[in-house]
Amino acid sequence: MNTSVQPILSARGLVKRYGRVTALDNADFDLYPGEILAVIGDNGAGKSSLIKAISGAVIPDEGEIKLEGQQVQFRSPMEAREAGIETVYQNLALSPALSIADNMFLGRELRKPGIMGQWFRMLDRPAMEKRAREKLNELGLMTIQNISQAVETLSGGQRQGVAVARAAAFGSKVVIMDEPTAALGVKESRRVLELILDVKKRGLPIVLISHNMPHVFEVADRIHIHRLGRRLCVVDPKLISMSDAVALMTGAKKPPEDALAA
Amino acid sequence: MAGAQEFEKVLDQSDRNVAAFDHQGVPLIKRAQHFLHSTPAAVPLIVLVMSIIIFGITIGGRFFSSYTLTLILQQIAIVGILGAAQTLVILTAGIDLSIGVIMVISAVVMGNCAVVYGIPAFIAVLIGLGVGTLCGLLNGFLVAVMKLPPFIVTLGTWNIVMATNFIYSANETIRDADVASTAPLLHLFGASFKVGTAVLTLGVIAMVLLVLVLWYVLNHTAWGRHVYAVGDDPEAAKLSGIQTRRVLFSVYGLAGLIAAFAAWVSIGRNGSISPSAAVTDYNLQAITAAVIGGISLFGGRGSILGTLFGAMIVGVVSMGLNMLGADPQWKVLLTGVLIIGAVAIDQWIRKVSV
Repeated sequence: MNTSVQPILSARGLVKRYGRVTALDNADFDLYPGEILAVIGDNGAGKSSLIKAISGAVIPDEGEIKLEGQQVQFRSPMEAREAGIETVYQNLALSPALSIADNMFLGRELRKPGIMGQWFRMLDRPAMEKRAREKLNELGLMTIQNISQAVETLSGGQRQGVAVARAAAFGSKVVIMDEPTAALGVKESRRVLELILDVKKRGLPIVLISHNMPHVFEVADRIHIHRLGRRLCVVDPKLISMSDAVALMTGAKKPPEDALAA
Repeated sequence: MAGAQEFEKVLDQSDRNVAAFDHQGVPLIKRAQHFLHSTPAAVPLIVLVMSIIIFGITIGGRFFSSYTLTLILQQIAIVGILGAAQTLVILTAGIDLSIGVIMVISAVVMGNCAVVYGIPAFIAVLIGLGVGTLCGLLNGFLVAVMKLPPFIVTLGTWNIVMATNFIYSANETIRDADVASTAPLLHLFGASFKVGTAVLTLGVIAMVLLVLVLWYVLNHTAWGRHVYAVGDDPEAAKLSGIQTRRVLFSVYGLAGLIAAFAAWVSIGRNGSISPSAAVTDYNLQAITAAVIGGISLFGGRGSILGTLFGAMIVGVVSMGLNMLGADPQWKVLLTGVLIIGAVAIDQWIRKVSV
């Protein structure tokens, strides 16, 4: 990667401890503009903690995070979202009893214009449903008849679609996806991968956490390998085989000397 | 499709039709389950209508008189208002055991301020509302900020507030006549008017209006949606960017304010102000109304209209049995049956998604 390009999102020396367990141990992270960065690692390597730290869901004990060169400190996912970092969590973070439209706009609802919105704080349901429907159609992920049906009545793949659509609709600087294809069938996975490439084409960088090596190697520009709470190395998927990547992340193989700087 | 994996090549020929399901063969019971899932207030409404019909048939025209039916409304006004407050808390998957004693202490404070200290009645009411809100905010602080379980917190504040009430008031009742002569404003919600043979009090109207306003707030404002989301799945709500602490804090505070409002209504209904009302199980009656009304104790489900129907069901059953001359314990027994039935139905409706 060209060293003259500033990373859009970077982290240095992140530490997060849960009691005696150290989830992040001086972890570094760099995301460059317009790229898809895959983060892979064994279970318990600290991928989720890393993602939560940069998306504001947990506050790291030490270390600094920079967004476009500016140091930031997110105390809640809300602050990260306001800064333009949108996350699709593995558990999707949807409220099962609320409708699809309500879920997509959860925490940033649209209010009706005029007196009804300003004084009675009335939600603009028609506008929210219209935009939600547009987004879902755009992704082609939906075979849903009723946008106001509760999320709990959707299948796993449809729920994933709602969560991805929400992030794609609102992310302005970075989109983070934690295992976006884990719950999906072959066809739906393909659509999500196309969506990821689509989002990239619009210039948004994406952080993709996945255990699915074929998916990672297909879409990623660079692969960040996380091991034992820190960044082991960053590799180029075009120059490495899947088995080597797996060997690196499980500790079967030592990283090459120059890979850390990639 | 760009860059598809080898095994995905066949997808190009795959069936493009949107999944269509045959709704003809769905049995009636399944469709009923779906309907109830999307309309949570329907069950209590059906039970309410059925109990009115059953008592109407067994008792006859006397029961159907608008006088009797509006008398029921007068009797449930206080529990209905407390039930509305309780509903907010239960929707967040919490419970408020202190709601009854918050009402009593607010009433005592209103009465003492107006009658004993001679503060203008209007300001006395505001002080009473303030006391109720403060008690609610204390609950909210302990639940939202200290992260203590709501059951334990409100079990504690129930005792604390009740004891404070007795210590502060020295258990002295403020007589009806004193309230009427010095602070008639406190009796405002007892004011009644007739529409034909129906007798309505301002308290009844206040209850209905309050429930309608809360229904609007819960369903058509962002705050209301957040209340449901927090009760449904607090972790998901937090990750979606909802400030769960603020929502919980405001819910308990609002519940305290509504309890204090119930205090004002209760002064109107009872006339006198008695600190010993603190031993009445108002909190349990409010929980009963909410549960029979289909508010799920697990949070995030139910409509506040259901609570109103739930309170009415208890009122109708108790009035009906009364008119039949039955032992009052039958009312208690039936209430128990209704509670268990309501929770069983709630569980069944939930299975719709599985």
